[in-house]
Amino acid sequence: MMSASQSKTINIRLRVWRQESREAQGFFEEHELKGVLVDMSFLEMLDVLNEQIIKSGKRPLEFESDCREGICGTCSLVVQGQAHGPVRGATTCQLYMRTFTDGETITIEPWRAKAFPVIRDLVTDRRAFDRIQMAGGYTGAKTGPHADANAILIPKDLADRAMDAAACIGCGACVAACPNASASLFTSAKVTQLALLPQGQADRKRRVIRMVDQMDKEGFGSCSNLQECEAACPKKISIQNIAIMKQEYLKAALAADFRAGMGSADGGA
Amino acid sequence: MSIELNPGIPEGPLSQKWDNYKANMKLVNPANKRKYSVIVVGTGLAGASAAASLAELGYEVKSFCTHDSARRAHSIAAQGGINAAKSYPNDGDSVWRLFYDTIKGGDYRAREANVYRLAQNSTSIIDQCVSQGVPFAREYSGELANRSFGGAQVSRTFYARGQTGQQLLLGAYSQLMKEVDKGKVTLFPYREMLDVVMVDGKARGIITRNVTTGEIERHAADAVVLATGGYGRVYFLSTNAMNSNVTAIWRAHRRGALFGNPCYVQIHPTCIPVSGNYQAKLTLMSESLRNDGRVWVPKKKEDCKKDPSSIPDEDRDYYLERKYPSFGNLAPRDISSRAAKEVCDEGRGVGESGLAVYLDFRDAIKRDGEAAIRERYGNLFDMYHEITNENPYRSPMRIYPAVHYTMGGLWVDYSLQTTLPGLFAAGEANFSDHGANRLGASALMQGLSDGYFILPYTVTNYLGTHAQDLLKKVDVNHAAFESAEKEVRAEIDRMLENGKKGKRTVTEIYRDLGKVVWDKIGMARSEQGLKEALAEIEKLQKDFDTDLLLTGDSKLNKNLEMAGRLRDLLELGALMARDALERKESCGGHFRVESQTPDGEAQRDDENFAHVAAWEYKGKGQVPVRHQEKLVYENVKLSVRSYK
Ligand SMILES: Cc1cc2nc3c(=O)[nH]c(=O)nc-3n(C[C@H](O)[C@H](O)[C@H](O)COP(=O)(O)OP(=O)(O)OC[C@H]3O[C@@H](n4cnc5c(N)ncnc54)[C@H](O)[C@@H]3O)c2cc1C
Ligand code: SF4
Ligand code: FES
Repeated sequence: MMSASQSKTINIRLRVWRQESREAQGFFEEHELKGVLVDMSFLEMLDVLNEQIIKSGKRPLEFESDCREGICGTCSLVVQGQAHGPVRGATTCQLYMRTFTDGETITIEPWRAKAFPVIRDLVTDRRAFDRIQMAGGYTGAKTGPHADANAILIPKDLADRAMDAAACIGCGACVAACPNASASLFTSAKVTQLALLPQGQADRKRRVIRMVDQMDKEGFGSCSNLQECEAACPKKISIQNIAIMKQEYLKAALAADFRAGMGSADGGA
Repeated sequence: MSIELNPGIPEGPLSQKWDNYKANMKLVNPANKRKYSVIVVGTGLAGASAAASLAELGYEVKSFCTHDSARRAHSIAAQGGINAAKSYPNDGDSVWRLFYDTIKGGDYRAREANVYRLAQNSTSIIDQCVSQGVPFAREYSGELANRSFGGAQVSRTFYARGQTGQQLLLGAYSQLMKEVDKGKVTLFPYREMLDVVMVDGKARGIITRNVTTGEIERHAADAVVLATGGYGRVYFLSTNAMNSNVTAIWRAHRRGALFGNPCYVQIHPTCIPVSGNYQAKLTLMSESLRNDGRVWVPKKKEDCKKDPSSIPDEDRDYYLERKYPSFGNLAPRDISSRAAKEVCDEGRGVGESGLAVYLDFRDAIKRDGEAAIRERYGNLFDMYHEITNENPYRSPMRIYPAVHYTMGGLWVDYSLQTTLPGLFAAGEANFSDHGANRLGASALMQGLSDGYFILPYTVTNYLGTHAQDLLKKVDVNHAAFESAEKEVRAEIDRMLENGKKGKRTVTEIYRDLGKVVWDKIGMARSEQGLKEALAEIEKLQKDFDTDLLLTGDSKLNKNLEMAGRLRDLLELGALMARDALERKESCGGHFRVESQTPDGEAQRDDENFAHVAAWEYKGKGQVPVRHQEKLVYENVKLSVRSYK
């Protein structure tokens, strides 16, 4: 008993962004696809498109994906003007053709943000996120043996809230959706997770200062509370995290002992 | 000429072997550590944990992955959990029991000493992950929560909602980024490793391709670790990520590293069934669902197309509970998968294709309430709903087995070193500790055990032992690098050149390969089928060489990457068929129809096959040579693996 829609098909027109390289001018290329099964995923539809392009002897469309189940954060398409497409709480790879109607024209673009330059077609370079993470998105714990895992009890609601923040998949939709191309939602999710947990306390202040500074350095815009990020986020990361990050930042910046500790490995606080 | 392989297991009683190893290993003094560099390929649980740990010891580490970021490695997708013999629930667990369950679960085809060490390390893994801020699930008491997984009668699985792999990987990734920040690790993202470079009999570097620019690069070091994941993508359709591949370990195999047990593949019982011929990948429904879901098919064929809720209990066959009363729905994966295939073969499968069984939560929802089930499995239920457009809170899920994990991989000794000196393999990439079948929640444990707790010692021992040689640095202008690079370039040029003339796309040939391997080297294998597979794969290899259609250039070109991987997977497919053909017994995930008990269970042949098969590459189109490592059991008695 397959779903009733199984054998239903639609015809669609696609406008896809093509761009040879970072420096090259991009443009929209048009394609028609007939008999698209509505139970196909959006990326499977693009696979079919690519087979068609290859068979005509042309260079296939470059787009990224890996897990195709919404967890790795690799897929990254703006579909119909929305990061990850029109379905809330889903990544591009979790989008199904049943969302679209027969005869619809679908526009597909890459993430657009200064800090995420296009490499080719729909593939952008998101390594700026790694550099934000590098600037403190960790606890100072060393690898190797540690005290028993149950030595520090963590209340369930705290652990759950930390997990809510930790669910970020680093996809960058928040940046793509934000008119300022701010990376605040991404950065605040990590800051909040570690600020909530006892394990994150030792370098709490140093972490938030460095991560926020790095975010600015990468050319991401600032947050002006437009809330587009939360709406686009496939993991429904809450903008409350941004409020927490702003507080954390303020507290850390004001802390008298912070500057003194800035240079040392274990930080202030 | 076949040789007997020496696993290098340390002296002493089982529980002291690892301590003995550490007590006798060579060290590298702290001031000297920075003189050594180690290449770690792969940033999944095994690679990221190894790179971070080696860097923290003081070595200069170079970390490679094919993605833009280390955090995207396929480990991120693991859902269910990670095992550890913490025994927090006080339900009779111990290092010994985890060891025993793993050996038995692997159908007595794993190395005792390795498995025992794995069970020992398991508890430290949890401690370390908590210290990294991994938000494991907790009880209201604030203590860590546990659940149970297939093949075990205790609750030893730790989890972070349905995203355990993600949280563990982000933990390891954060450790890695900390070392990058300190300048001890250099990241090389967007790199695909295409060869290992051997200098004077030791692994001293790799050749990579920058997938965004197409540049071919040389990288030198004093030791090389491959942590590049499993090769389930040989089946085309699997639960593995699109970029999972065999290329890194296959290129090492071509350079002389032996390949262990290639035919041991895990087919996971609970995946969303195939629904069309356009599909590129299958989705797993975590095994943890079997804690509360009951597996059944109708007793009568004529009921198969009916609405499942209209079928009364007396007309349902809860076949796992019926056949394996003591483990029931939590029977191990190989057994559950085969049981599903059996009932479908009998014509009692459900769904349009008849290739599915029900996983039903009706009783659990009645017992615990919908809210409790949502709390436990909410994201999995949502995922199911999204993909199938059906609501599993209302009607049972339909599931079918799919390829999930590969127990085979590069043969390694006790120190995780391959047969090439200085080349180590960790995580799913090695032939591992899981024998012929892996228990759920044990891959994450093994990856982190390898990376956090084994390689830091064994790589050190290697560097310390060969200090004199290794302190003479090789540079990338060495002739060995020169010729390896040339070969890599020639292969890419050949594919691009041939690709202009052919008619069959990479995907078309790849799909065909997947179908052959699934039909003939899947859940049931026969001598005749395996011979057919060899012939069919040979034909596909010819298609690849003479009729490939490949467009685009040598810069960012996913299709070109895929072509290179397919080339290796075709060779691997043939090796799997050979390995399955030679192993004339059934064990774990390897089921030879010629070798079964009267009631259809796997029939092992300990007398002739209690060994690891390790294959030597002899060149393209040449017949590979099968070597053996005898498996010696001093602590457990080989017995019939019963879950009844
Ligand atoms: C859907 C799913 C769910 C799972 N759930 C569980 C679970 O609940 N519990 C459990 O224990 N196990 C689970 N497993 C198994 C487990 O996730 C994997 O076995 C494990 O994560 C593998 O880790 P790894 O570090 O060996 O490799 P991977 O995580 O696969 O990492 C491979 C790395 O190698 C890199 N790489 C590959 N080839 C190259 C190359 N040629 N050059 C450069 N880099 C390369 C990749 O970029 C990547 O960084 C699951 C698996 C799947 C598919
Ligand atoms: S916060 Fe949401 S949108 Fe932004 S990177 Fe994380 S998961 Fe993606
Ligand atoms: S491909 Fe992994 S999240 Fe979409």
